[in-house]
Amino acid sequence: MAIVSHVMPARRHLLRVMPRERPPWPLLVLGLLVGAAALLPAYYLLLRAADGGAETWDHVFRARTTDVLVRTAVLVGVVTVASTLVGTLLAWFTIRTNLPFKKIISVAVTLPLVIPSFVMATTSIEFFGIGGVLQDWLGVFGMEKIASFDGLRGASLVLVLMTYPYVFLSARGALRRLDPSLEEAARSMGYGPIKTFRLVTVPVLRPALTAGALLVALYTLSDFGAVALLRYETFTFAIFNQYESALNRSLAAGLSLVLVFFAVLLLAGEGISRGRARYYRSTVGSIRPAAPADLGPWKWPVTLMVLVPVVVGLLIPVGVLVWWLVRGLMRDQQMTALLEPAFNSISVSLLAAMAAVGLAIPVAVLAVRYRSWWPSRLTERVTHIGFGLPGVVVAISLVFFGVNYARPVYQSNWLLLFGYVVLFLPAAVGAIKASLMQVSPRLEEAAQGLGRRPWRVLVTVTLPMIAPGLFAGAALVFLLAMKELPATLILSPIGFRTLATVIWDASVDAFFARTAAASLLLIALAGIPTAYMVLRGESARSNSR
Amino acid sequence: MNKSKQVFRRLEGRRIFASFLALAMVAVVACGSDGSAADNAGSDSEPLVVYSGRGESLVGPVIKQFEELTGIEVQVNFGSTGPLAATLLEEGGNTPADIFFAQDPGGLGAVIEMLDDLPVEVLDRVPEWARSPQGKWVGISGRARVLVYGTDSLTEDELPRSIEELADPKWKGKLGWAPSNSSFQAMITGMRQLWGEERTRNWLEGVMDNEPKIYPKNTPQVAAAAAGEIEIGMVNHYYLYRFLAEEGDGFKARNWFTPEADPGSVVLVAGAGILQESDNKETARRFLEFMLSELGQQYFATQTHEYPLIEGVVPDRGLPPLDSITKPEVDLSTLGDIENTQNLLREVGALS
Repeated sequence: MAIVSHVMPARRHLLRVMPRERPPWPLLVLGLLVGAAALLPAYYLLLRAADGGAETWDHVFRARTTDVLVRTAVLVGVVTVASTLVGTLLAWFTIRTNLPFKKIISVAVTLPLVIPSFVMATTSIEFFGIGGVLQDWLGVFGMEKIASFDGLRGASLVLVLMTYPYVFLSARGALRRLDPSLEEAARSMGYGPIKTFRLVTVPVLRPALTAGALLVALYTLSDFGAVALLRYETFTFAIFNQYESALNRSLAAGLSLVLVFFAVLLLAGEGISRGRARYYRSTVGSIRPAAPADLGPWKWPVTLMVLVPVVVGLLIPVGVLVWWLVRGLMRDQQMTALLEPAFNSISVSLLAAMAAVGLAIPVAVLAVRYRSWWPSRLTERVTHIGFGLPGVVVAISLVFFGVNYARPVYQSNWLLLFGYVVLFLPAAVGAIKASLMQVSPRLEEAAQGLGRRPWRVLVTVTLPMIAPGLFAGAALVFLLAMKELPATLILSPIGFRTLATVIWDASVDAFFARTAAASLLLIALAGIPTAYMVLRGESARSNSR
Repeated sequence: MNKSKQVFRRLEGRRIFASFLALAMVAVVACGSDGSAADNAGSDSEPLVVYSGRGESLVGPVIKQFEELTGIEVQVNFGSTGPLAATLLEEGGNTPADIFFAQDPGGLGAVIEMLDDLPVEVLDRVPEWARSPQGKWVGISGRARVLVYGTDSLTEDELPRSIEELADPKWKGKLGWAPSNSSFQAMITGMRQLWGEERTRNWLEGVMDNEPKIYPKNTPQVAAAAAGEIEIGMVNHYYLYRFLAEEGDGFKARNWFTPEADPGSVVLVAGAGILQESDNKETARRFLEFMLSELGQQYFATQTHEYPLIEGVVPDRGLPPLDSITKPEVDLSTLGDIENTQNLLREVGALS
């Protein structure tokens, strides 16, 4: 039985990790290189915006821009708050209560993550929109009128469905690792359940929640597919208009820089709100699983509630896709071969996952083990910038660097992989950091004290202990790369087709049955590692040392 | 949990990890071999590299026909016209592209400095309005701007005689458009040339007062008209045929060519040009000639329901003859013109 050895977060000031000496130089160099790579798009944007001179900035700061900025901020705020709530609640219900079918539900509520943004948007419009399936059904009951689904309402609903899994996954990890003796101690001191939740559970979950919320906010900032189709004009929309007319690359760059600035604000905000608490256990001994809270008579109502996001975010899109496929097949629509695109998608996404995890390790180690040293924290922050930028912006910037400074890798899969790393690094960094934070540095110190060299300590002690984080990060990057579109279109070798490019190609020219077939295959293939990621955590829990 | 089960679990974990690695290795090899295969192909006859702003679903089959007939390998980089043009601009003299096949003249205009002069025989295959006045690009197929309407909401008698009527307040809340779409912007450019600045501005302001729904592109407007979300949308004519193919004749939207020939039913072209830096210009010229051959044009007439541009190939029977449709008077790819159109759209609040 574990002794209550956590220091309560309220006494956070005592908890600072003692500043260690500077990081070993290989780690340092690697980390800084990754950070520099993540800054390439921003550097390109500065160059291009400078080309346009003062005129660009006049355009950027027009009155309408403020308007669009406000709309963007509203959307980011609404989606972040709603996703954090939904994700946290789902995590709590699936980990800490006696909800039935926990495993299946856990996988199902994660799956909306694998549906590409414009597929989610189009299928939702087909179902919820005016003249859609829902209106037809309601018509049977004599309800003719239906609220319109577009604008802020539709865009935020679709974005919440696509982003709450980020919070769900990280909150789940944290809840699972949360030692129940902490809460029990609080209860035994006479705190009520709500006070315990507020003073003990929430502070311990906070880094996981803010990390998840940050990904949600950055994703919302960068999304184009959903906001465009649901007709809610955000900043990304304005940037895409510039590329669409291909006229003013300087203006596109200037507008994108505003987005970078927005992302930096979010990053700073998250950094401040996360605080400086320490989250590892200082004693050995296993974390015993918490006794699940009994939902009592609420068990089945809660189950139904938990299934709502599954229905809206997974069953409806998949249902609409199946309907498109069947409808098209009945009218002899020609299909395209999907084997090669599927193979390409899988292989390039696997490589992206490995590369991102490999490069995220130094960043995460620096950020967690050497966080008192400011360049470590800065490096970790800047790796997030790519996640907040639209894929097309990152891709065009890498075209610039590829053509001018890295000709041999230009239009090869290497540059595409590099693009995925720049875009999705924070997903891997976040997962690894969460694992690393809960491993006590004492173990590493002990190994080092016994004479192991630092890099051997990393390989033989640290990495095996954070394996779950490595796998979770890899799975997340894998599925993000599977569904990524604009960078794939621009950076991949000529003639390289993936499932995402097939889906895009078919949907642009209204080939619905083809869109559906490729989308369904993508969802199935990306669903496998997702299920694995969720279930692996499940067994690791019952298996913890 | 007993110990043997735990050991088993751990082994299983390792096995999964090992297969993960093995798969990835296969993937690395696969990616690597792709590149070398492309290198080898260069030894025989240089493959033709096309940047296509038109999707594979639309033009893939006709490109394949060219490959089969000539034995020339074509490598196509499919994408959106705008980002492809931006890519070309970033690549500059280093571009591997031989041909840029764009969805609209605006995309070609953006890279016109990078395009080579086309031979007169190629240019002369199409009428004068369907090619670059400087001889830099040539139209491959034509598409008309039309109104798309929901057949549940409107009958033909209720439809406007001219696009100008859409500024009438009776259409308030019933319209859709896609002001960021380059075909739409080309239509406005044509409108400015035909109607003049003042009349165009008045029309745009009138439509803005009717609070049109803003769509990112054409297809969602067709779907919205059929669903009754809007009554009239402003689109290119050929998207409707895709919906009819997928959903059958019961689909509840149709095209409307305004009876008065006005800028609303202007015909625009998708066109292509050859890059100056291409070292494969002879093959590139053959590609364009094939697209403008009877066989190539027949494909666009029958498969994509677009207007063929050479004489002797007739358009789809359901379409009004090309003679009856408005032709643009001036070059729609001129950048300055497009920029003025965008400025006008910003001034009336249609674009941000």
